[in-house]
Amino acid sequence: MAKRDLISIDDLSAADVDLLLDTAESFLPVLQRDIKKVPTLRGRTVINMFFESSTRTSTSFDLAAKRLSADTIGIKAKGSAVDKGESLKDTIITLSAYSPDIIVIRHPRAGACQLASANTKASIINAGDGKHQHPSQCLLDLFTLRQAFGRNLKGLKVAIVGDILHSRVARSDIAGFQLLGMEVTVIAPPTMMPREVESLGVKAEYDLADLHKADVIYLLRIQQERISQGANFLPSLREYATVWGVTRSRLRPGQKVMHPGPINRGVEISAAVADDPDTLIARQVEAGLAVRMAILYRTIVGGSDSDTKEAL
Amino acid sequence: MTRRLWSAPARGADLLIQGARVVDPLAGLDTILDVLVRKGRIHLVGTDLEAPAACRVIDADGWLLLPGFVDLHAHLRTPGREDEEDLASGTRAAAAGGYVAVFGMANTDPEVDTAPLVEALALRALSEAVVPVGFFAAVTRGQRGEELTEMWELAQAGAVGFSDDGRPLNSAHLTRRALQYAKVTDRFVAVHAEDESLTRGGVMHEGAVSAKLGLGGMPPVAESIEVDRALELAAYEEGRLHLCHLSTAASLEHLERAKKAGVHVTAEVTPHHLTLTDECVRGLDPNYKMNPPLRPEADRKALSQALRSGLIDCLATDHAPHAQQEKEVPFEDAPFGTLGLETAFAAAHQTLVASGALKLPVLVERMSQSPARIAGIALPTVQAGEEANLCLVDPRETWTVTAAQLHSKAKNSAWLGTKMKARVKLTVAAGSVAWEDGAR
Repeated sequence: MAKRDLISIDDLSAADVDLLLDTAESFLPVLQRDIKKVPTLRGRTVINMFFESSTRTSTSFDLAAKRLSADTIGIKAKGSAVDKGESLKDTIITLSAYSPDIIVIRHPRAGACQLASANTKASIINAGDGKHQHPSQCLLDLFTLRQAFGRNLKGLKVAIVGDILHSRVARSDIAGFQLLGMEVTVIAPPTMMPREVESLGVKAEYDLADLHKADVIYLLRIQQERISQGANFLPSLREYATVWGVTRSRLRPGQKVMHPGPINRGVEISAAVADDPDTLIARQVEAGLAVRMAILYRTIVGGSDSDTKEAL
Repeated sequence: MTRRLWSAPARGADLLIQGARVVDPLAGLDTILDVLVRKGRIHLVGTDLEAPAACRVIDADGWLLLPGFVDLHAHLRTPGREDEEDLASGTRAAAAGGYVAVFGMANTDPEVDTAPLVEALALRALSEAVVPVGFFAAVTRGQRGEELTEMWELAQAGAVGFSDDGRPLNSAHLTRRALQYAKVTDRFVAVHAEDESLTRGGVMHEGAVSAKLGLGGMPPVAESIEVDRALELAAYEEGRLHLCHLSTAASLEHLERAKKAGVHVTAEVTPHHLTLTDECVRGLDPNYKMNPPLRPEADRKALSQALRSGLIDCLATDHAPHAQQEKEVPFEDAPFGTLGLETAFAAAHQTLVASGALKLPVLVERMSQSPARIAGIALPTVQAGEEANLCLVDPRETWTVTAAQLHSKAKNSAWLGTKMKARVKLTVAAGSVAWEDGAR
């Protein structure tokens, strides 16, 4: 049987996504218990390789594996053989000698997961590769949306606002939101809009004039490096905040705000919006754990079997 | 008299090739004929030729006999990266692809920027090269884009032309001076047209596929802007310009205008830009990463039409070997380039000739006589009295490109795993049998 990888949201069908989200939901009660651990993946090994800094993704994958009783190993570029110039291929081959079931990879370069997958029997889960994909983020976003809007997300209008060009979250979310029938508009300064972005099936806008039409406003982090050293994507963060920053006055009641974090208060999101309990930002973080448990579980157990309850 | 090609001493072949379809646009041939080669020269071309005593006879029924191919653009990695390719392996690869002459680019380590380096390469070729090989010299010292090389001496040493290929000449001033000064050498300046300020951080064509993959884009205007500038300078200075590996429809519009105005310019296109598109990159296989990048179908079509019309003069491989460990990295980290010598004819034949986009004699002319004319070497042709420079091709044989069978030291072919139709069976270069694939 071919191993299961999760490299791109495009690897999944709508039914696959439903199963993953249902599985995640069934894990929620576990996380409320005093003893937040099930024996489901006892004896299994999950390696978390993070070649790029990460807080929520790395901790939630690690914790998710531990909640399922898997053995986990965390590897960072710094302090590992990668620091000594070992190639990704050799690192993967070396780690594969320990027969892990899953290798979770975050890497600054697109193509890292394909290379890893070709060199190991372990399943590869992409925890973010360059500006390409971040499928677990998309799944936890969908999970959060289902909690807020119900199971059927068809027809829901989402505006993704920010640096679309450099965002793996945007690329995963566009594909995943569309998979479940949502309508996606992307809003960005022209310098941060990918050329031919309409080929992704989205509407593209350069300002917030039509922001009120969206049910959900998904904000992306503006990175400091985009305004440094003659990159010329933006003249200043101040101007970005003025033109594209989301403030209370730009929101209508009932609109839900999401953000993958970490947020820049006062840039893409005003402090007042960030602190508003009505946003879904904290819910996204919470969803991360259950969804990543579901990803690990389904990667190993697979299938559309209805044995999740037994597993608990 | 300066020589431009060097190879190991000839072992004059004696062959009678019977019943091949001889396709030679220069000789005006497209008919079934016998060809007798004696002591490395074409002795007779005719029908029902008799084999002299002890002369090997090859039954070429159903095969094509073509004038051998000439590659104006190969990276032979010598000196400096002989782990990736040397003159022996590179010319073996060329021979297996039906080539009878191949020209190495100057972006080696060190760069070919002084006459003694050309002379040293020529010496090595005399003992290693199974197919005649020639060399480009750099336009600027160390290819740093600052000071011109001693072009006159380099030409005396036998350099075929001047190029900083691998890098563009990113200053109009430098392009102008190179075009001016090269006139004293009767050689051309070959330009890799790319505005690097527009391609910085780019790893593939900028368009729908790069939008989907989140990869840095190389916009087509980065090429056409530089093509236009080089053409204007060539027109102004009446210099001789050769445009390397054109990849966009917009470049072709500039080229067409310049040619109509009488600018002394020639141009090449690679087999990969003629047969593959940026859709190939979706799987993030580093073997599809090249510079210029694979473009969309509309550009590919325009290139194919331009090759047919002669707007583009020739096919050139941009054969670019890379060590396995350098290509076995994430797509974004990989160096640019694909192998090309061993697959060029088969790829072009099955994509362009089999589909009817290009007639076989036109492809032959663009791969053989046209590039030879640009290089200023004798034109390969199947005519009595000429040195034998030819190849035999079985147009029906199917084969799959595998790393194991490639003769290049490197294995980074964009066609790995591709099923090819048409296989080079025998190559005679400078009168010697340079390649033979299980003769029947």
